[in-house]
This record gives sequence, C-alpha cells and structure tokens, in this order.
Amino acid sequence: MESGRRNFFKGAAAVALGGAAALAPLGAGLSALLDPLRHRSEGQGEWIRVTALEAAPDDNVPRKFAVVADEIDAWNKTPNVPIGAVYLRRSPKGEIVALNVICPHAGGLIDYVPSDQCFLCPLHKSIFNPDGAIKNLRSPAPRPMDSLPVEVRDGAIWVRFENFRVGVAQKIPA
Amino acid sequence: MSQFLAWLDDRTGWRKLARAALYHNVPGGARWRYVLANAVLFSLLTQIITGVALWFCYSPGAQTAWASVFYLQNDVASGWFLRGLHHFNAQWLTVLLALRLAQIIIDGSCKAPREVNFWVWLGLFAFVLAASVTGWLLPWDQKGYWATKVPTNILSITPVIGPALQRMLVGGAEFGQLTLMRFFALHAGVIPGCLLALIVIHFYLFRRHGYVVPNRSRQPDVSYWPDQALRDAIGCLAVMSALVIVTVHFRGAELTAPADPTQNYSAARPEWFFLPLYQFLKLFPGGTEVFGAIVIPGLFFALVIAMPFSARQKSGQRFNVFLVLLGAIGASALLWRAVAEDRADPVYLAAKRQLEIDSARVKVLAEAQGVPPGGALALLQHDPQTQGPRLFARYCASCHRYAGGNGMGEPVAEKETASDLNGFGSREWLTGLLDPTQISGARYFGGTAHAKGKMPKFVKTKVSAFPSPQQADLRKIIAAVSSEAHLDSQKSEEAAEAAVMQAGTNLFRAEINCADCHQFHIPDANADAPDLTGWGSREWLTSLIGDPGQDRFYGASNDRMPAFLGKHILDAEQIGLLADWLRGN
Repeated sequence: MESGRRNFFKGAAAVALGGAAALAPLGAGLSALLDPLRHRSEGQGEWIRVTALEAAPDDNVPRKFAVVADEIDAWNKTPNVPIGAVYLRRSPKGEIVALNVICPHAGGLIDYVPSDQCFLCPLHKSIFNPDGAIKNLRSPAPRPMDSLPVEVRDGAIWVRFENFRVGVAQKIPA
Repeated sequence: MSQFLAWLDDRTGWRKLARAALYHNVPGGARWRYVLANAVLFSLLTQIITGVALWFCYSPGAQTAWASVFYLQNDVASGWFLRGLHHFNAQWLTVLLALRLAQIIIDGSCKAPREVNFWVWLGLFAFVLAASVTGWLLPWDQKGYWATKVPTNILSITPVIGPALQRMLVGGAEFGQLTLMRFFALHAGVIPGCLLALIVIHFYLFRRHGYVVPNRSRQPDVSYWPDQALRDAIGCLAVMSALVIVTVHFRGAELTAPADPTQNYSAARPEWFFLPLYQFLKLFPGGTEVFGAIVIPGLFFALVIAMPFSARQKSGQRFNVFLVLLGAIGASALLWRAVAEDRADPVYLAAKRQLEIDSARVKVLAEAQGVPPGGALALLQHDPQTQGPRLFARYCASCHRYAGGNGMGEPVAEKETASDLNGFGSREWLTGLLDPTQISGARYFGGTAHAKGKMPKFVKTKVSAFPSPQQADLRKIIAAVSSEAHLDSQKSEEAAEAAVMQAGTNLFRAEINCADCHQFHIPDANADAPDLTGWGSREWLTSLIGDPGQDRFYGASNDRMPAFLGKHILDAEQIGLLADWLRGN
C-alpha cells in the first residue's frame, strides 16, 4: 500500500516534470502556428484613388477598375500593385456607386453581364442588380454586394477600399 | 470511455504495447546512467517539434529565405524563441550524442550481441551532423552561406566521385535556388526520415537486448514505470532548462546580413563542433588536404565502426577507450587553437565587425521599408550608409580621407593628397577651410595642386587680417554657402536663421567679395573658381564627382580627380550613393 502510494507520486512527478520539459518547444511552436490569428490584415479601409472621373462615363453602366496600392504580404512590401477591384457606376446626375467585386457568398469574383444588365457570380450563380442588391429570390449570397464609400477629389474617384467576411449576412471587415 | 479503450485495445492491442513500453524490466534498479540515452531521444524529439513549427514559417528561395527568417524573428509571436530553441538544441543534441557514444564505448557495451545497436547510434550521430551542415545554409545569410561553402568544397576533393557528389548536392556549379531547395529537402525530409528509421530500429534492438548493466548492484530489479521514468523526466527537464536559459541569454539564434555571393565573408566558420575538423585541415598544406579532410577522419571513423570487434579483446577495449580520450582531448585542443587563432586574427575580427554593422543595418531597413520582392540584399545594395563607405574606400581613399581614415574606419597607408571629406557641406567644414592655419593643411588643400593657389593665398593674407566685424560677416557667408547643401543635419539651425543666411548671400558680393572668383546664383562669365551655387547639394556633388573638369567646377585647373562618370569608373547610382553618404543621409 505504502509503495503503491509512493509509486503513484513518482509517476505523477514523472508526468509533471516530463510535461514541463516538453512545454517550451510545444509552446513556442504553437505560438508561431497561431500567429496569424494575432495579425489583422493591414492596409484595410484606406482611401485609394481608383481612376480619373472621365474613365467612368455617367451612363449607369458598372465598369470594373483595379484598385492599386502598396501591398504588404508578410515580409514583402510592394508599391503600386493591384490589391483588389471595384465596380464603379456613375449616374447621369453624377452619383457614384462603388461595389467590391468579391461575391459575399463564397468570395468568387463577380462578372457584369451587359446583355442582362445584372451582376452574375460564376461560381454559384448569385445574381445582383446593377446597384448591388440581390436579384434572384433563392440567391446563394446572404447579403447584397459590398458597397464602399466613394468620393470625387480633383476630378478623380477615390474609394475607401475594404474586403468583408464572406458567407455571413452582416458586413464584417475581413 | 473505458468501453471505448477496451474496443480500441481489441482492435489494436495498444495495451500490450503500452505495458511493454512502461513496465519493462530494469535490472538492478533505476540508475542515472540510463538517462543519457533517453535525453538524446528527447532532444531529437524537441528538434523535430521545433523544426516542423519552423517549417510553417520558412520559404526556401534565394530571394525569400532570409526575409522569411527575419519575419519569423521579428513579427511572429515568440518566433525568435522557436528558432533559438532549434538552433541551440542542434548543438545540445550533438553533444549528448557524442557523450552517449563515449558511454557505450567505455562501457564496452558495443560488443556482441549489440554491434548493430552501436552502429545505429553511430548512424544517428552522422545524420545529426548532416542535419547541422544542411541547416546552416537555410537562413541564406552571410554567415551560413559562406560557412556552407567550405563543407561542400571539401566534398569535391573526395577521390573519384567528389565533383559529381558536390554538383548533385549544390544543384549545379554555383550556390543558388537549387542549392537551397536541395538542402531544405535533405534537412527537413530525408535526414529526419533516416533518423526516425534508425530510432525505430534502435527501439527494436533495445527490446531484444535490454539494458547494459556493467556492475550489477545488489538492488532488486524494478519496472521502468515509475522509477526510471522519473529519472528520465528529471534528466529531460534539466536538458530543456539549460536550453531555455541559453536561448534566452543569447536572445535566440543570430541572423546576419543576407547572403551576398559577391562579398566574401572572411570570418565564415562552421558551427563550433566542426571547428576541430576545420583546424585539423589547416595542418595540411595545399595538395594534401584530402588526407586532413577525408583520409584521416575516414580512418578514425573506420576504427570506431570496428570497435564492437576490437572490444572483444582486453587490449582492444583499452585501445577503444584510448581512442575516445584521444578524440576528446584532440578535438578540445584543436577547438581551442581555432578559437585562439581567430581571436588574434585582425582580418577575422574586422570581417566580423563589418558583418555586425551590416546585419544591424539591414534589419533597420527591412523593418522600415519592408523587403522588396527581389530580396533583402537589395536593401543594403541601395543603401548609402552601407555602400558609401565601401565606394569611398575603394575609389576615393587613395587621395581623400574621411575622418582621417578610408571611410570604413580603417587607416590608409598612402599619404593623404586631397581633402578630408568628413562633414563636407557643413558650416564646420567651411569654417575650417577659411581658417588660415588649416587651409593648406592636410585636411584641405595641403596635398593638392591648389595648395599655393589663389584661395589659400586669399585666406592666409586677407582673412587672417580681418578685424572682428568682418569675421562676423564671414560667419554669415559661411552660413549662406553651407545652406546651399541643404544638409539634414543643419535643417533646424537653418530654419531658425533665415535672416543670417540672407545677409550672408548679400555679403558674398559685398565687401569680402567672394564673387571676384566664385559665381553664386547670378551668372558671371569672369568667375574662374568653382560655382558655389548649390554648393554641397546632391546635384552639385554628383555633378562634380561625375566630372570635376567641367567649367562649372575646376575647369582646366582640375588637379588629379578623374571624371568618374565620364570615364565610366562609377555609374550614376554609385555616385548618388557616395554623395548621399557624404551628405550624411
């Protein structure tokens, strides 16, 4: 009985000390693996000049424009590369709508179909009106296309560019 | 739960395995001497855990490897600690394995029937060394790059197959992308795979032969769990504690400047446990290296492989113990020699110091600017602070000086025959130029053809006789001319003294009459001395270095300075780097 108890304590001590020894490599390794959870995507929500006003005719037809900015990819910082794209739609009255090309369903890149005057995601056939609202009743997309704040400054169109989490009904920054 | 375990046992028989692992018999009771073998395995396991985690953070490419390691060290949570553990544990593992081998040999426990088990331990040792050699290169930094060139070059002197072997390993004639990919595949794939296979064999053989009990004590036998297990746990914890202390003390593993194939790092050395071999190699003059690198170590290794057989005789066992002692003492002596020689070697020390400077600098640049897609080396190549001194030492320091040296803080053997350019453009530099006691000294015109020219004559006869109001005016002119350089270091002073500089500009043409010879903002066809409009500015300086014989500068009276751009000695970017560095930015 006495030796049984002593053996139990020895075993417990062996587990505790051996576990403590393994803690440093396991902890450091896990911490590095979980690191992406700690880093939030940088450069989100900045005002970016997208195009000259003349390049977006005021005919209510959406046109696709690349969003060019400094890209930060882990250790690389690359100036002036496309980091995304937007559809710009300018009305004859001069109102501008900016829509992120990324489908809010599964992150596909949405096409504009001029013959049907609608947006179509080629992945799961979500259809959107030219203003970005959901068009098909049984749309796979849970929310309209993501509109972005837009401004005209010195004859150029500026957009506060941001990507949002896909697959949810709310617009949550990615 | 117990039902599930019973089901699992029925299908797999795990209980029998666990029992065999935990409750095997330890003859003669638990002992500390048995801990060493398990400490080696624990160290190996640590290496695998940290290695796999590092794998998630590493990019094996010539443009990306350094940057990914820098990112790991700098941005990833506890990344420096992870890499430090891997780095120092590699050394622990080597030492523990060497001790374990010595233990086996001294105990004579490599004898029948345990010959194969001994060779398994030898194999583990060889693969651990191979893992070290392939690991140094992976960060693609100066130290690892140049330290790896040595072993791969040694490989090529192996008789017959050497050159082909080296080409296979390097992936071609030169180090590059293929080298990194090959080394990484070996380091993270092939070698750990072989190590794991050897460990499986070791466990099998250990189950077959059991413990070696050299002098059976009177203690009764026990089962492994918990007595020996507790000792093993304490041993592993001791190993890990020492590892953590060393890792924290050195703030993880070093990452030197990115590998530069054009810039030899003359202080490149292999990891310390290879230094004895490195030092041994030095004993062999050119042409006989093959003996130092291959033949003698190969013979030594052959003797070690044969130990299970030689140990059968008493004299053979004594010889084996003697070999262990010879190896230990010889290696220690050679290691000590190698370190002592390096510490006394000015070339080694200078290279090390320079690399420390570059390594610190590139980290500052990488943090501020990010790493360009072409790789981190470009950060240093386009950095005036790094390249300026090198260019100066190479192209300018045969005549000019920088703070009395060659720009890199080293003295110059030749005589100084042109001005010292430290602080060029500043008020302080100009004040010295206009000092009658200095202008014909070595720091300014002393060694040049202008030593007896108009300017020194003017300074020595006129300026030296200036009454104090004129001395004050001179200071205003100095402020005005120096402000043409737009030096960052004088920005705040100049912002506060706009009126002084305006006064100086007016005085330039008034009583002191610099404008007799020098043009200053207003075109003057009669001015034959250098144009001081924009004096010391980036544009002025790059143009002067490009061709000092332009009318704007010295014209026909230019002394010996070549047209660096015109004669294609330097390109525009190099001149820009030089000018930016001289101007202090």
